[in-house]
Amino acid sequence: MIKVSMTVNGGAVSHTVEDRTLLVDYIRDHLRLTGTHIGCDTSQCGACVISFNGKAIKSCTMLAAQADGAEIMTIEGLADGDQLHPVQAAFKEHHGLQCGFCTPGMIIAATDMIKRYGAALDEPTIRTELEGNICRCTGYQNIVKSIKAAAEDMTRSEKPSVTSSV
Amino acid sequence: MFHLTYHRPTSVEDAIQFFTNSEDAQFLAGGQTLLPTMKQRLADPSDVIDLRHIAALAGIGSAKDHLSIGAGVTHAEVAASPQVRQILPALADLASHIGDPHVRNMGTLGGSVANNDPAADYPAAVLALDATIHTNSRVIAAEDFFTGMFETALQDGELIIRIDFRIPQIAAYAKFPNPASRYAMAGVFIARHTDGGVKLAVTGAGSDGVFRHKDMESALLGNWAAEALADISIDDSNLLSDIHGSAAYRANLIKVMAQRAMQSML
Repeated sequence: MIKVSMTVNGGAVSHTVEDRTLLVDYIRDHLRLTGTHIGCDTSQCGACVISFNGKAIKSCTMLAAQADGAEIMTIEGLADGDQLHPVQAAFKEHHGLQCGFCTPGMIIAATDMIKRYGAALDEPTIRTELEGNICRCTGYQNIVKSIKAAAEDMTRSEKPSVTSSV
Repeated sequence: MFHLTYHRPTSVEDAIQFFTNSEDAQFLAGGQTLLPTMKQRLADPSDVIDLRHIAALAGIGSAKDHLSIGAGVTHAEVAASPQVRQILPALADLASHIGDPHVRNMGTLGGSVANNDPAADYPAAVLALDATIHTNSRVIAAEDFFTGMFETALQDGELIIRIDFRIPQIAAYAKFPNPASRYAMAGVFIARHTDGGVKLAVTGAGSDGVFRHKDMESALLGNWAAEALADISIDDSNLLSDIHGSAAYRANLIKVMAQRAMQSML
């Protein structure tokens, strides 16, 4: 057994777990944050993607022990109270989901790519960047549309002087 | 993975010490191969030694004739590094197409090279760029490093610290990725070195892992153009044949990828 402590969605957590515990199981079973999903469990589908020290990673392919001391954000940490994060709002507005199983991973992946590309995030880039996230409802069209809209929204709000002068 | 002990050393010495004192330890770099392998019960180490907190494995640096990358540097870091993109853009390009963005945030150069998966991308660059592999105990030339599928010259408990890539005059990598896994079905790295020599390494296709293709090297030495490869016939007798593609299919892919790599440089 090993003691792991980390910051999850802004709050400190600490538990004693088996050394072999996967981070995704720690998040779901110990922290009861079940928004992070287990889809394939073979590192391909991306339903388990979370933000780990500011970078999107697959939490089914990391031990909880490896995350000791880290800062983690899951889908539950994205909204500001009742105020949806712009990416969540865009998925809602543009119908970026059907069954919703892949959505938490899609949204974390989207926030990660928007952070890296900013206003330069175009549609081909979004499609390439989504290669680690699988949607079996084949709803990619609206997922891409949602991410594009969120990127435009977020990069516009980063430069308020531009919009206010128009 | 039933009984596992996790260790987190902060120095190379401590990592080796943990390894020596364990019954059946595995070094854990980014874990993007090791953890899936453990989940499938294809590996069952008694101990894992996490290498992500060892400062000596971090960092990218360059000297006059080589680019030096720490074994713990992730694919995402190599792909985004302004230094790599300027000095060795072909390597940044290769790193940017490994797996997917989330895998690239964890997977490392050292982990990929030490594992020597026959379909991994980095081994082709290591071989074609005449790299030297610096371990905790010695320096190994690329030519002597890859000894077969998932086999390398590394001894038990020997740890890659960094890899020095020779800076070429020009280089390019082209791969045909498996559409599901993004591993190479065939990947070809071509480098023309400052002494005029040409090295061409093939990954994803060989049944003994990465290999150099001397006939294509000679053809390119005579005529540095994609057309020089048109009449080369690729022997398929030692190529992989599986559900993803036959040996003959891979033989053709090798030639097509080599030509694409050449076209991208000209």
